[in-house]
Amino acid sequence: MRTLALLGLAALIATAAAAEEKPIALKPAPGLDKVEANCASCHSLDYIQMNSPFPSAAVWDAEVTKMIKVFGAPIEDGDAAAIKNYLKQNYGN
Amino acid sequence: MPTLNRRHFLGGSVAAAATLTSGLPKVEAAQPDLVAGLPDGVRASAVLDALPGKKPLIKLSYRPPNYETPLAYFREAITPNDAFFVRYHLAVIPDIDVKTWKIAVGGDGANGQAELTLQDLQAMPATEVVAVNQCSGNRRGLFRPHVPGVEWGYGAMGCARWKGVRLKDVLDKVGLKKDAVEVVLDGADGPVVDKTPDFIKSIPVWKAIEDTTLIAYEMNGQALPHFNGYPARLVVPGWTGTYWMKHLTSIRAQLKPEASFWMSAAYRIPLGKFPLVARFTSQDTATNTPITEMMVNSLITSHGDGAEVKADSLLGGIAWDGGYGIRTVEISSDGGKTWVAATLGSDLGRYAFRTWSFPLQVKGKQTIMARAANVIGETQTAELIPNPAGYHHNVMHSLSLTVV
Repeated sequence: MRTLALLGLAALIATAAAAEEKPIALKPAPGLDKVEANCASCHSLDYIQMNSPFPSAAVWDAEVTKMIKVFGAPIEDGDAAAIKNYLKQNYGN
Repeated sequence: MPTLNRRHFLGGSVAAAATLTSGLPKVEAAQPDLVAGLPDGVRASAVLDALPGKKPLIKLSYRPPNYETPLAYFREAITPNDAFFVRYHLAVIPDIDVKTWKIAVGGDGANGQAELTLQDLQAMPATEVVAVNQCSGNRRGLFRPHVPGVEWGYGAMGCARWKGVRLKDVLDKVGLKKDAVEVVLDGADGPVVDKTPDFIKSIPVWKAIEDTTLIAYEMNGQALPHFNGYPARLVVPGWTGTYWMKHLTSIRAQLKPEASFWMSAAYRIPLGKFPLVARFTSQDTATNTPITEMMVNSLITSHGDGAEVKADSLLGGIAWDGGYGIRTVEISSDGGKTWVAATLGSDLGRYAFRTWSFPLQVKGKQTIMARAANVIGETQTAELIPNPAGYHHNVMHSLSLTVV
């Protein structure tokens, strides 16, 4: 969490060095705020678009769990549930 | 080549923050030609986009940057540096200042330690190899059923003339212990969150001391592009790109197999499904093994799917394998019933793309297929070999052409 907070601060200061990453507009639906607040810290949200719409509900559950357990994403349980639900509803099969 | 003053992840955070707060005007980006069979989501999100110092490539993800090379660049055996694909696992990609950059060499499998600057490398005997760097997951997007990951089409690969020093010569500076089993590599790029496993890879000692395994500081006669591993990266000819560590900062000889995530859990293939000569036995489990050498493969690059072509024009493309050398490329004009040999182009070495050509003489609409075989008798597959992470796609490439 601490790393993320520091990064957020650095990002605000470093506007002049911004790279050409374009905004990724995911489907507006409940849970999108949790996706943007958590997932986008480590990767751009085109990862979600590109991996759609083929994943089953079980695959999206496993992906979010992997991000937390394997890649150490500091996502709280409530947010994780909202993210899983959003992905299954909007980017699943 | 100028050093780039950017830290990509910061820019990304800014862009993400901007989306949340201000509703920036939608930017219209150029649409790439995407091959059939990719997930619908790739069609919705991939754009042509130029990273600093690069031509517009097919952007699959901005951060970490994953950009593939459009098919048209594969009409030649050498892929230009500014069109060479970009693949990162983790989003913190620092600028490198060559005045302070160095590689630490050591480990419990070495007798001593050393530090090497770029100048030190450039003062050592240099060697060159033309070699294909192909992502293990190239063509993952064409798997059916689809598997999660970076949904590459055909372009997560490239072939360059690499110049640098033999890894063996660097290891000789510290002395390898005779019971060392692996050489472990780390680069300057890293994760956003401390708990994310850093991208660390190992190769077996036998591969590390091959004459063609290099620490390369030149690519096609130029310094490496920032996004291809400036100032120096590992070159492991014949093996998939996962071992070609970019922005190399650490080389450790080890007495035990490397057990961290990117070796123990990632980049593994099921045992028994693929023909394997190059083995990485110190990492074997009962059921799987690290991916190693590339499968024999080929691609038709002279024409796009659905094109109308004049009779007698040349069909062309490239073929490559895990370093044994291409023996034949054959073309079918009838969807795979009959095959005729293509003419192979110049031989840049057994690790390089081999160009080929074939005169189109049969008129009419047809399904053209290409298949390569290497000198040890391996061939491409007609049917996909499924595996959990979507590696080693070498299904024969086919497209529809109308010859008039």
